[in-house]
Amino acid sequence: MTFDLLNPVQLSSALLPDLLLVAGAILLMLMAAWRPDSDARQRTVGFASIGLLVLTMGLVVWMAVSGLTASDKGVIAVDGFRWMVDLVVLLGAIGTIALAIEHNVRDGIVQAESHVLVLFATSGMMILAGARDLMVVFLGIEIMSVAVYVLAGLNRRSARSAEASLKYFLLGAFATGFLLYGIALVYGATGQTQIVEIGNAIRRFDLTNDPMLLVGIGLMLIGMGFKVAAAPFHMWAPDVYDGSPTPISAFMAATVKAAAFATFMRIWYEAFYNMFSGWAPSVWWLAVVTMVVGNVVALSQKNIKRMLAYSSIVHSGYLLVAVTAASALASTAFTFYVVAYTLATFGAFAVVASMQQLGETDARISDYEGLWHVRPWLATAMAVYLLALLGFPVFGGVGFFAKWYLIQAALAAPAGLTILAVILVLTSVISAGYYLQVVRVMFMKPRPEGAPEPLPVGSLTRAVLAVTVVLILGLGLFPSRLVEMTQMNAFPRYPFSPALQMGQPQFRR
Amino acid sequence: MSNEFVPLFYGFNFYLFGLIAIASALLFVTRKSPVAAAMWLVNVMFCLAALYVMLDAQFIGAIQVIVYAGAIMVVFLFVVMLLNLGHAGAVSDLRGNAGRLAAGFVGLAMLAEVMVLARTKFPDAMTLKAVHGLGPVDGTAGVIGPIAGPLFNEYLLAFELTSMLLLTAIVGAVVIGKKRNPDAR
Repeated sequence: MTFDLLNPVQLSSALLPDLLLVAGAILLMLMAAWRPDSDARQRTVGFASIGLLVLTMGLVVWMAVSGLTASDKGVIAVDGFRWMVDLVVLLGAIGTIALAIEHNVRDGIVQAESHVLVLFATSGMMILAGARDLMVVFLGIEIMSVAVYVLAGLNRRSARSAEASLKYFLLGAFATGFLLYGIALVYGATGQTQIVEIGNAIRRFDLTNDPMLLVGIGLMLIGMGFKVAAAPFHMWAPDVYDGSPTPISAFMAATVKAAAFATFMRIWYEAFYNMFSGWAPSVWWLAVVTMVVGNVVALSQKNIKRMLAYSSIVHSGYLLVAVTAASALASTAFTFYVVAYTLATFGAFAVVASMQQLGETDARISDYEGLWHVRPWLATAMAVYLLALLGFPVFGGVGFFAKWYLIQAALAAPAGLTILAVILVLTSVISAGYYLQVVRVMFMKPRPEGAPEPLPVGSLTRAVLAVTVVLILGLGLFPSRLVEMTQMNAFPRYPFSPALQMGQPQFRR
Repeated sequence: MSNEFVPLFYGFNFYLFGLIAIASALLFVTRKSPVAAAMWLVNVMFCLAALYVMLDAQFIGAIQVIVYAGAIMVVFLFVVMLLNLGHAGAVSDLRGNAGRLAAGFVGLAMLAEVMVLARTKFPDAMTLKAVHGLGPVDGTAGVIGPIAGPLFNEYLLAFELTSMLLLTAIVGAVVIGKKRNPDAR
């Protein structure tokens, strides 16, 4: 069935999973506010939230397999890309709430609304996954960000949490200003806010060298760079990920980034495709700087949350390679990479969360010395996540294939990105320095005398760890299943792919 | 009124309000006292409202005054006073008896204006038709219709998402501002 998005009823049907999530979140908000805060209360609301997310996920799967499409004229896309990103985001949200239910006590958080805010942020991300109008994109980013600003500062006893929240809020607002100004200039140049219509206007009026449009795209790129934490706009990420409660750090590093990247990808591919020669050099340099800076700085980190924060910056750089490649293959590689990255990052933060002691905020790498001797399963799971992030064959599971497809996409790109692929491989070698360091510390060092016994791992955290490890290794054994899905779910068509085949948008270097 | 006169008049008003807006914005960012800064921001909002009215967007102009110059600025001032950032004694922009006299005079003048207006009978042609809201009575939809139509049709999703965003912000503010319950554990 093809939705006519100008008809309000059909628009609502196209937004069914989003509406379900929002309605449920509002009900849960009332439920959370009904009784005084207590740990039992936050557990009840948390489990109800997980139930709601699972329901939404079921609806997304149902809509994905029933082969729905929508007219181009509309503010929301109905395609496989949207459903795939929705699934990643929902999976991340379920994991976040599962971790938060058990770790809120350790972080001194009793507000049941914390889970509701995760639901609100998730609804913003789901909007972002399908948004085809810059106004909707902006609102989706804001719904997501406003909820996450608050989530970062949930731990009211910790000054670092407050610092993280304020820093994230101020820099996020600053980035939003860039994004909004960029959107205004793009609207000024094309007279359109709908993404597909912007692409059409660029082609029809030949705006490839229009200065206002170029400045607008540049400002939007800066805004997006902040949101996905690409260097040199990454300065907030380590402090914010470090100061926030660990389940929220996982949420930010994995799902928030995936959603921001999804809309970044959609805007750049569907609206600015014909401007390739205008934006490609900037994104190329952004990718290079992000990969090099992130990897080099990550080497010197002593705190594991900061190390993972720099690792997430590095992966932004890898994903920017997919954006630069601008091909159908690249969009497949992108979706595949987002799945692998989300699973591995989420798992790694879950291990960090379960290693934290009561009321402790500092998570040093030295705490992991000899972990194999006291918590063999936890150490093994952490090793799988780190190897997946590294892109190690076999033991890294799906991470290896993710990086493999990314390099393939870069090499096969119409613009020829051989140098970028080489930099990607070289920086990956550097990243072995800090990923394998943690593995070495866990397995090859003795447990220091007097090191505190890690707290027992709760059953929900265990479930999160088990699911992520099984998915990473399982998809690593059968990557073709996921490739089939992502291939089907790559952008259905490129608005103006013939232009690229004719060699019109040339990559200037 | 000659045809040449209208653009001249229009241009004069445009530059007048534009310059006042820019000057007020500069004063807004350079004032030391937050209260004075907020007041200059009110002035900017009024000038922008005037520019909107000149663009035939009377409704947006009225909303600008009511929402920005009115509601939001009151909240700003409220926060400033709540946090006691005003330090009224130290850097007050209202100094001496002359200022107080001027303020009292302006207040009395406005009160007199309201009382006179309340007693005056206007000819029918000068009054706005209530049916059409604030708009001039020529069209069927008035001034609000062209805004309301797209808002609830084309931009329905964006409109609803805005309410979502505000709800999220409210819940977030409550969660952050809520007093910790010491027994809750």
